[in-house]
Amino acid sequence: MSKERIKISPDLYDIMPSDYQDLVQSATYGKEDRGWKDIGTSKELIEQHSLCAGCPESMAFRYILASLPNPEDTVMVGSTGCTSLVFPMVAVHNIHSLFGNQNAIASGLKRALSVRFPDRVKDVVVLAGDGATVDIGLDMTLQAWFRQEKFTTICFDNELYANTGGQESGLMQKGFVAKMAPVGKLFDKVRLPEIARESGCHYVVNCTVSKPSLVEKVIRNSVLIAREIGPTYVQLYTPCILEIGKNSMEGLQEMRDSEKPTERFAYKEYVSEPAKQLLAELATKDKERKAAAKQLAGKA
Amino acid sequence: MAETKSHIGTQNKKGQTYTDPWKMLNEAPRKPSFYTGSEVIKEAIRRASCDVMIAYPITPQSEAAALIGELFAEGYIGDYFRGESEFAVMSQCAGAAFGGARVFTTTAGPGTMRAMENFPMWAGARLPIQMIVTCRGINSPLSIQPDTLEIAYLLNTGMLVWHAETAQDFFDWILKGYMVSEEPDVHLPLALCCDGFFVTHTKDVVNLTPTDMCLPPYDPYRSPVPCMDMECPPVRMMRDPFVMKSNYISYATHASWQQEVWAAVERSRKHTIHWLDGLIDTENADAEVMIVASGTAVSQGREAIRLLEDEGVRCGLVKVKSLRPWPAEEICEATKNAKHIFVPEFNVTGWLAKEIKATIPNSERVHAGPHVCGGMTMPPEIIVSEIKTALGLRSESLAGRGS
Repeated sequence: MSKERIKISPDLYDIMPSDYQDLVQSATYGKEDRGWKDIGTSKELIEQHSLCAGCPESMAFRYILASLPNPEDTVMVGSTGCTSLVFPMVAVHNIHSLFGNQNAIASGLKRALSVRFPDRVKDVVVLAGDGATVDIGLDMTLQAWFRQEKFTTICFDNELYANTGGQESGLMQKGFVAKMAPVGKLFDKVRLPEIARESGCHYVVNCTVSKPSLVEKVIRNSVLIAREIGPTYVQLYTPCILEIGKNSMEGLQEMRDSEKPTERFAYKEYVSEPAKQLLAELATKDKERKAAAKQLAGKA
Repeated sequence: MAETKSHIGTQNKKGQTYTDPWKMLNEAPRKPSFYTGSEVIKEAIRRASCDVMIAYPITPQSEAAALIGELFAEGYIGDYFRGESEFAVMSQCAGAAFGGARVFTTTAGPGTMRAMENFPMWAGARLPIQMIVTCRGINSPLSIQPDTLEIAYLLNTGMLVWHAETAQDFFDWILKGYMVSEEPDVHLPLALCCDGFFVTHTKDVVNLTPTDMCLPPYDPYRSPVPCMDMECPPVRMMRDPFVMKSNYISYATHASWQQEVWAAVERSRKHTIHWLDGLIDTENADAEVMIVASGTAVSQGREAIRLLEDEGVRCGLVKVKSLRPWPAEEICEATKNAKHIFVPEFNVTGWLAKEIKATIPNSERVHAGPHVCGGMTMPPEIIVSEIKTALGLRSESLAGRGS
């Protein structure tokens, strides 16, 4: 798709919602160098949201949507949870079907799009919470990786079942007292990034969303690698401030505290050899493109 | 956005000609072939222009699912893979259908139950996926033999549900099924059921259409809901949060959508009648004794009628082809002269008899049975015995049945 496809009929223009008019006039579709810095200067792909004030997930959502390399041809797949409260406000197609089946849905979707558009880039991005990704949906998460499905899986890890009231999840820290873990969680936080690497993911990152530039780089890399090579996985700490007893203004600090070198969200990155090669090629092309553009601008 | 050009008369990459479906199924020459039901499923899919098939090994549909893999290897299907469980497979089918593909899958018994959460989602999302259900036992103790209990659960999912009697039904109905379920005013999934093994693993002469003809490709832009391919403007879709909030508008929206799904089932009626030549078939419809059945119970009913005729008892038959849409008027009309209506079923609960009782006037006429379950065969003699006993006629003892 492109902005050309979402032109509004002149006869209907004045009755269209203003946010839709904004989307048509100034969305970042088709812009090669789009990124988080466009937020606030151009129409975003997210129109408001219904998450709690100060929710780090809302930050993550904005950074991710701003970082998609190809939003005009990207379909997102979500799952039950707080993400499903935001998806209806997102200006890319998104599917929320059942709880935990997001990687299975994405497998079928990606393959259907590949059959129907063999010569076009159609990206699929899964975005779900830790309950959907690591607990109820774990078999479908892993099997999609085993099959080398060419899409990105993003897990909003808030270390509990946030949307249902803060119950124990597989990614919760050991010892954390939660609903359904009345004496503290009895087993360690599941090491999904390591499992992802061993399961065939070509790019795996574990981090917080405290730094938008970092999130932009990670999301862009993960989508581009998934498109060309195979599955990628990004685990982002998006603490549920409500359920861990923080105030609205404390989400950012909570992430900064959790990304220290000894903490569980210290930045970790794995890149397979084919993915490294691809990133190097893309960097070279990007450099050449920018140099050519600069030269052209100089001549003009 | 939408491609509206006709594909009729053009060729696909395998050299098959996209053919007008009515001409292909009603006018093209047919070739008698001696195939198992599973092989017939493969032959139907060879002609169905399927984009994606997703497989899972559960008896008794495994053979059909594997044979369709051969079709993929030969280049007749866009993509094919084995999913990790039935829940996953049905989710993968949903993803492919969301993406605008014509989708096919098969399942059986416990797998159908494992995947059950998907089916109302399919219907609610208006995904015209076709699923073959080769019925088998679902309850403990485990059985792999035919038992139609899972159909009872499918009846309330919002899917279209047809019950094939023979391999010939299978061949024709798979192809016709896509024609009905993909109509813009329907656009619903279809569960095409049969009694496992009895249909899938026995050989029969089946009249097949030419291999060089196939259905026109699916056009996802005829869907009443947007196709998820970013080829049309973004929309807000699927379980919009206001639907989940507790207010009157959300309840009204959810309720009206549920009613719309069932209205679509009703709208499929005219298309189903057109393609299946009616929702039911009848024989001796003026008889005072009628057998009403679906699936292979129809075949056993036919044989029972022959045995009864030898003893001077005239008996009629209603073959119920479509369970959703439900042929209420047709069954009322076909049984209006009947004083006794017998409903033989391959399940313990008698779901078909319950449906019929809820449909016809004077439902005390309905004798719910005989029932066999757990994969037991249904000899026509037990239908004869049931009928004769109800009519007050002396019936010979059936060995081992204590009658």
